[in-house]
Amino acid sequence: MTVHNLYIFDRNGSCLHYGEWNRKKQAGISKEEEFKLMYGMLFSIRSFCSKMSPLDMKDGFLTFQTSKYKLHYYETATGIKIIMNTDLGVPNAKDILHQIYSTVSMGLYVEYIVKNPLCVLGEQLSSDLFSTRLDLYIRALPFFSPRAA
Amino acid sequence: MAIFSVYAVNKSGGFIYQYDNYVHRAEAEKTFRYPLDCVLKIHDEKVVVSFGQRDGIRVGNALLSINGLDVNGKFTADGKEIIEYLKDSTNYPLSILFGRARLSSNEKLMPASMFHSLFAIGSQLSPEVGSTGIEMLETDMFKRHCFQTLTGIKLIVLTDPRQSGIDELLRKIYEIYSDFALKNPFYSLAMPISLEGVPTYAEHLLAAFPSLYGPTHP
Repeated sequence: MTVHNLYIFDRNGSCLHYGEWNRKKQAGISKEEEFKLMYGMLFSIRSFCSKMSPLDMKDGFLTFQTSKYKLHYYETATGIKIIMNTDLGVPNAKDILHQIYSTVSMGLYVEYIVKNPLCVLGEQLSSDLFSTRLDLYIRALPFFSPRAA
Repeated sequence: MAIFSVYAVNKSGGFIYQYDNYVHRAEAEKTFRYPLDCVLKIHDEKVVVSFGQRDGIRVGNALLSINGLDVNGKFTADGKEIIEYLKDSTNYPLSILFGRARLSSNEKLMPASMFHSLFAIGSQLSPEVGSTGIEMLETDMFKRHCFQTLTGIKLIVLTDPRQSGIDELLRKIYEIYSDFALKNPFYSLAMPISLEGVPTYAEHLLAAFPSLYGPTHP
């Protein structure tokens, strides 16, 4: 049971943060392109889900899985999207992603914006404090183990 | 607990087959007086609500019928433009039915083929070696399962999120596809299945799983 990687996007599609823990295979394209592809894929999946859905949706798209990994998706009302790739053993990470947003991200996000007048919204979050806090949080998760099962 | 629909896509992403078993459409009919308090706009050849959500009528719902007569795109059944018709106060009071827009077959074709590409991207972005494409996609209202055969045909089933036994159902659909379509000498590979008796094939297969009927099925 493990977490492979985590992306945070803003509403315009720029990647604010990317963290990697147990990734075995690189996509074979540059990081920039991978972020764009990931964002594009999720945007298409979302619009596709809203068209296909037989009833009006409350939360929208939650997760998808392949034979090897599971992707969990969480979107806030302001358009911030948090995406986590884990292995198949993890049930529903929606609450965890919500936690990441509210305590780790928002807690530091607000501090970062308020206390750093030079930082611009929409650029990569280069705060070390944010990265280390997020890293510690992910490692503390019950389903995280340094070596994939 | 229900199966909503079944789709089949060939290996180049072209649409082969589609069957709707049980589609629940939330609709709301209300009687209105002049002036109309919802703001309507034309989107994709349909009249949809853009503002004024209330009483079961939500933003994005399309105008389905006026006074019981189904509308035809942006025109009423008699051929008048809907927006102009609704601006005329002499036509009121009238009753309008709003609901989720029913998808035409073209509109169903696009997402099915789009899924084919998303399936491939899912496998490319995989952090693990040897991943297949997207096998199961989950939202709060439905689950979409996809089974890719060795020949590249994707069999896609849309179900209720609590439905179980889908792997077995997908294998059975594959079996029936090979019986009815592949063994038919008049069927060309990768073409849309429009053979006689094919809707009954889907009913036949859903009959093999009686517990999977939607609540409105006899």
